[in-house]
Amino acid sequence: MSARLSPARTIAAHAVLLTYTLIALFPVFVIVINSFKSRKAIFADPLALPMPGNFDWVGYETVLKQGDFFLYFQNSLIVTVASLFFVLLFGAMAAFALSEYRFKGNTLMGLYLALGIMIPIRLGTVAILEMMVASGLVNTLTALVLVYTAQGLPLAVFILAEFMKSVSDDLKNAGRIDGLSEYRIFFSLVLPLVRPAMATVAVFTMIPIWNDLWFPLILAPAEETKTVTLGAQVFIGQFVTNWNAVLAALSLAIVPVLILYLISSRQLIRGITAGAVK
Amino acid sequence: MAARKPVRWHIAVFLAPAVAVYTALMIIPLFGTLLQSLMNETDDGERVFVGLQNFATLFGDALWSDAFWNALGNNTWFFVIHMLVQNPIGIALAAILSTPRLRMAAFYRTAIFIPTILSFVIVGFVWKLILSPIWGIAPGMLDAVGLKMLFAPWLGKEEYALTTLALISVWQFVGIPMMLIYAALLSIPDEVIEAAEMDGITGWSQFWKIKLPLILPAIGIISILTFVGNFNAFDLIYVAQGALAGPDFSTDILGTFLYRTFFGFQLQLGDPYMGSAIAGAMFGIILLGVCIYLFGIQTRLRRYQF
Repeated sequence: MSARLSPARTIAAHAVLLTYTLIALFPVFVIVINSFKSRKAIFADPLALPMPGNFDWVGYETVLKQGDFFLYFQNSLIVTVASLFFVLLFGAMAAFALSEYRFKGNTLMGLYLALGIMIPIRLGTVAILEMMVASGLVNTLTALVLVYTAQGLPLAVFILAEFMKSVSDDLKNAGRIDGLSEYRIFFSLVLPLVRPAMATVAVFTMIPIWNDLWFPLILAPAEETKTVTLGAQVFIGQFVTNWNAVLAALSLAIVPVLILYLISSRQLIRGITAGAVK
Repeated sequence: MAARKPVRWHIAVFLAPAVAVYTALMIIPLFGTLLQSLMNETDDGERVFVGLQNFATLFGDALWSDAFWNALGNNTWFFVIHMLVQNPIGIALAAILSTPRLRMAAFYRTAIFIPTILSFVIVGFVWKLILSPIWGIAPGMLDAVGLKMLFAPWLGKEEYALTTLALISVWQFVGIPMMLIYAALLSIPDEVIEAAEMDGITGWSQFWKIKLPLILPAIGIISILTFVGNFNAFDLIYVAQGALAGPDFSTDILGTFLYRTFFGFQLQLGDPYMGSAIAGAMFGIILLGVCIYLFGIQTRLRRYQF
């Protein structure tokens, strides 16, 4: 392959990447370590690690007592999982129809669905809110699931259709000869084969839904339907001066996403670079 | 024809759920909002069609137009910073990461992408705390390298606040251009690189002369994604500076302006009709940007097939 790198250039490359990694991780690190420290220690030496001398749970105690974080967490989980399920199911079905069959208006339908990739759904908020008010869905998790499903579909259809084009026709035709219905071909032949692509779409769909503040704020701000993101925002707003509580709330909001990301990061990166391995 | 071919209902069944949800919650509200921007309410609460009057107010009435141009100007600056800082850093990181046989590349990639997965709420508050003059991580660190006089409460000063927020957003999202460019660089076939090396083109000149032209389409995609994302941004400003986008509206962008107008804030009452007009203007701006990209830039980019 290509020429071997000189040691100096390798070191330079590592230096640049390491510096940027530090920039990327430092703020998260500072928040998490300080969330375990006493108020005095937070101010006296913000960069010190939590030690037996300055260790304090008080922030987490406040958060667990005051905010209903378990409920928020549950809400976020329900909304994210349900939206993800519908995005993947409906998205894969539409992608299959677009990539498998030739019919009138196929290209047009593809373009129609792709429109949503470029035009953000937020611009329709005014009308979405009116619609939810009219149908009595304000302050329900259903409203959020519906909106997020619509938001996630365009990209899901687009990516999955690309992948489904690569599923071998022979396999599908063999299934047809064996008398499988089109539905069986989709569910038991094609879906298992595009599972890696589904995982990529899942990660891409999940992150913006979990992190969204706009729609929970507008469609479901009630106490019992708050998501973690909105809950943390409101909580921090109320406890601005209670640094222990703020830092603990931030850490609690970071950790679940971080774990999820570390579990799925290989899949995510494989998905992004999948186009590269032709 | 139709008599010979049976209707293929399964196609409709496969498409129906996605098209129904997408149409009901994305397309109809979008057009509903655009339509509503042409309406207003009479004093007795009746909806009437007023044509472009809301837009005339938005652009003509100094009370509205000042706020609108301020938000648009700020938003443009927000976008310029992303283009000048985020995308070059992303490309540079991707170029270094794609060095063949670089150790720990997977670790760097994973770590640098972490800020991107965090929610705006976390990012906004984390940086607010770090830059806070009270807590003193930023002043303390500047002090350690003898640059304490450079410190200012950046988020609180009109002249710095917007740039600071844009840089925070850059910090958060640099992972996206990095990943996309990285994927584009990996897709360059080895033969092309080998041929370049045969001709003695290596190192920097190889990047500028061979790789960069090949990844231009990916850079185009990143630019348009950045554009759409920036002109639709709201969360970071709302979290860090509140809906009033302080100090003195110096960080107000179109998203916060839309939110304030539609929902009202403090003494100001919400106005769904003017809110729709602003959403309509944002729609126009984003559409214009996407069209410039699709017809002006994308068609001119030369694509290479291997």
